[in-house]
Amino acid sequence: MMQAAQQRPRSEIFAWGLAGLCVLVLAMMLIGPLVAILSQAFIDPASGQWGWQSMAASLAAPGMLQSTLNSVQLALVTTLIVLPLAYLYAAALCRTAMPGKGLMRMLALLPLLAPSLLPGIALVYLFGNQGILKSWFPDGSIYGFWGIVIAQVFYTFPHALMILLTALRVADARLYEAATVLGAGKIRQWLTVTLPSVRYGLLSAAVVVFTLVVIDFGAAKVIGGQFNVLALEAYKQVIGQQNFSRGAVIGVLLLIPALLSFVLDHLAQRKQQAMLGARAQPLVVQRQPLRDGLALLFCTLVSGALLSILAMAVAAAFIKLWPYQMQFSLNHFNFDDVDGGGWGAFYNSLLMSLGTAVFGTLLVFVGAWLTEKVAAAQPWRQALHLLAMLPMAVPGLVLGLGYVFFFNHPSNPLHGVYGTQAILVLCSIAHFYTTAHLTAVTALKQLDREFEAVAASLKVPFWLTAWRVTLPVCLPAVLDIARYFFVGTMTTVSAVVFIYTPDTMLASVSVLNMDDAGDTAAAAAMASLIVASSALACAIFAVLSWLLQRKSQRWRD
Amino acid sequence: MQTELDHRELDIRQLGKSFGAFTALKNIDLSVNKGEFVCLLGPSGCGKTTLLRMIAGLERCEQGQILQAGRDITRASPAQRDYGIVFQSYALFPNLNIRDNIAYGLKGRQEDRQRRVDELLELIGLPGLDRKYPAQISGGQQQRVALARALATSPSLLLLDEPLSALDAQVREHLRFEIKSLQQRLNVTTIMVTHDQEEALTMADRIVVMNHGVIEQIGTPEQIYHQPASRFVANFVGHCNWLSATASGTRSVTLGQADLLTAPEQNLRAGEPCELYIRPEDIELLPSWDPESHTALGKLLHRELIGSIYRLRVAVAQWGGVELQIVATHREMANLRIDDGQLIPVRIPPGRLRSFGSGARV
Repeated sequence: MMQAAQQRPRSEIFAWGLAGLCVLVLAMMLIGPLVAILSQAFIDPASGQWGWQSMAASLAAPGMLQSTLNSVQLALVTTLIVLPLAYLYAAALCRTAMPGKGLMRMLALLPLLAPSLLPGIALVYLFGNQGILKSWFPDGSIYGFWGIVIAQVFYTFPHALMILLTALRVADARLYEAATVLGAGKIRQWLTVTLPSVRYGLLSAAVVVFTLVVIDFGAAKVIGGQFNVLALEAYKQVIGQQNFSRGAVIGVLLLIPALLSFVLDHLAQRKQQAMLGARAQPLVVQRQPLRDGLALLFCTLVSGALLSILAMAVAAAFIKLWPYQMQFSLNHFNFDDVDGGGWGAFYNSLLMSLGTAVFGTLLVFVGAWLTEKVAAAQPWRQALHLLAMLPMAVPGLVLGLGYVFFFNHPSNPLHGVYGTQAILVLCSIAHFYTTAHLTAVTALKQLDREFEAVAASLKVPFWLTAWRVTLPVCLPAVLDIARYFFVGTMTTVSAVVFIYTPDTMLASVSVLNMDDAGDTAAAAAMASLIVASSALACAIFAVLSWLLQRKSQRWRD
Repeated sequence: MQTELDHRELDIRQLGKSFGAFTALKNIDLSVNKGEFVCLLGPSGCGKTTLLRMIAGLERCEQGQILQAGRDITRASPAQRDYGIVFQSYALFPNLNIRDNIAYGLKGRQEDRQRRVDELLELIGLPGLDRKYPAQISGGQQQRVALARALATSPSLLLLDEPLSALDAQVREHLRFEIKSLQQRLNVTTIMVTHDQEEALTMADRIVVMNHGVIEQIGTPEQIYHQPASRFVANFVGHCNWLSATASGTRSVTLGQADLLTAPEQNLRAGEPCELYIRPEDIELLPSWDPESHTALGKLLHRELIGSIYRLRVAVAQWGGVELQIVATHREMANLRIDDGQLIPVRIPPGRLRSFGSGARV
């Protein structure tokens, strides 16, 4: 009458295995390279022993202390400039009734579409030896500290803005009403209501900007002149002098601020989420002509400055010979005439970005879906989540260097992917994994927890439910992830600069190389091309999402 | 023995479950007959939902056994069991229209599936809504669609997890009746989880009252209400007055200055303190004073209008100053014509006082 315990269906074993595979792939993409770079930094090349010798020798090398101090000074100054600017900009967008908010938001986020080298190139044309505004920075003083600062402000501004927008968006109108009723003035209200609610956002934005500046080497490379920074030192040691162990040591140093900011940011985010009760009333901003006018003026000035840097680079790409022959010309787009990989580099970049978008989205979504929604894959949940958060704490430069050590190791069975497009795709997926994973998890968590239970009771296999329900409902998030991967991969330099080969030359790297070889106009042209294709990709994804909303997402209203 | 097993749909034996140090379920024994409507009733955290999820195969069983129609399903996955389920959130697929939602578990030829969906739409009284999406229909309609989807494959067991608690009071009352009559028409064995005693009393053939992971009592609604097996059940289902008295015989107690007769067989021991309870509706309010041993004068402290009835609080000095909760109809109140602070004769009918013994159960 009774039967023995039933066997688990094969599909559940498959789900468990597939989730395990996701974890394994992610571990290979992250843990392997990280262990490789750590061992490179801590193993003495002569004796093969673990120890501090190699570390100590590198740290004592001439110039190391100076470039460390330079990096910190640069990051501090940039943070001090970006933070108030981004805060005011975010406040203008969230807390005033100025017109044109959508446009202002879009303009401020434009720098995200550009490689970090672009502002440096633009500054050369604006304030350099032959710049139109060179009187602002006489005697080439733009090449150095202030040049890097301006470039970094351009590059980090949208990152800080996005964090502060999130922080300011969550406002509880009841608190402001209570403060007004109790007779608190504007300044007191700001100190007692606004500031406490955004302090974690401010902290988070500060550490993110600081870290981005410390780990970036592009700006210093293009406009830094003699001003050396830590990240650039790592680049020079590896590319210029083939001194890999010195590069690894600096890479480990760069991990420190990144790890710290990761932890701080994590704590801040947790606090931020707890800020807003479920019963908070959204804040409705009243019109105030004077304040709104000032806000509009401020935003116009800031976005105007950002836009003019971008426009300068684009203009430089189309002008025949700056500043002597100011005619329109497409000559600088003949990339095949200069060193740097030619048009092939651009096509490679497109291909790699497409590959990253497709495979990255697939890996991210399948991993997140299995561990969030399929009971059989639950045992992998913690491991996957930990691995997924790791890339946030690893600078692209460090990850790329780790890829060299890990995949170029002769005893690695995966040695074969070294030097191919595949390794570039792997590295890019790993580099951008965290945000993509969080987007997927957030979207999946919004689904009813019981969909899978209902489907199981109806004897519909879980993968069919994923296909018929989970994926269609999450499609906007999936598109978002793909776009994020595409644009990120298109613009990144740091993650790939050590692992490309002449056959797999990339557009962003060729900007660097062309600028290095003195072909600044061609570099500007390639950078503009990257911006254009990123923008085009965003537009395509926006149209796709809009079509989706109209057709298959009818049910949302 | 064989015949008894034949009409058993579900047999649960010594089921246990813990989450870390927390014991969610302990020694659960429960049998459900074919066609029966059983309610799992209890406060939140009592383990009723965990029990339902274990029956559904959504929580792993650690101890004990579950048999469905004689088949051991203790370790079977949800897909290997035979049941339909409706959750509190309904879990309707938002991107599928009503027709596709109901047809989700159906297999076979297109025409057969179409016919079955039409049948079900008719059954739940929602024909013509089949092309709408879940977000476009009301909560009550969504609830019925979820029910139709769970019944589509004609499962032999229907599980309902607080199916009505997300609805407005009026819709809830209407759907209570509809679900019950649908269940009776289809004669499908049903287990419903609820924390609402009214829901359990009106819908269930049998109620399982649970608390802290154990079953306190299993019985018909009448048994649960009139013969609660424990102080917890008496308190959780309906209201109770609790009186601290001293036993003066096997079925008599001293309360203040009065001697009162209790219900028979209360196992009282003379001289020992005991605790007695009586339902508010069992206490009588008298229009005129009628001296007898079960009557005393009470002072009206407060009255509340609850709609069809009044709820009164009355202090009785003669019974040791005890404060009693009493309910009265509008007609009674009109006859009594009393105001707060006034005195009124109160009577505890002999035999209505009960206790759970003077021992550990108090």
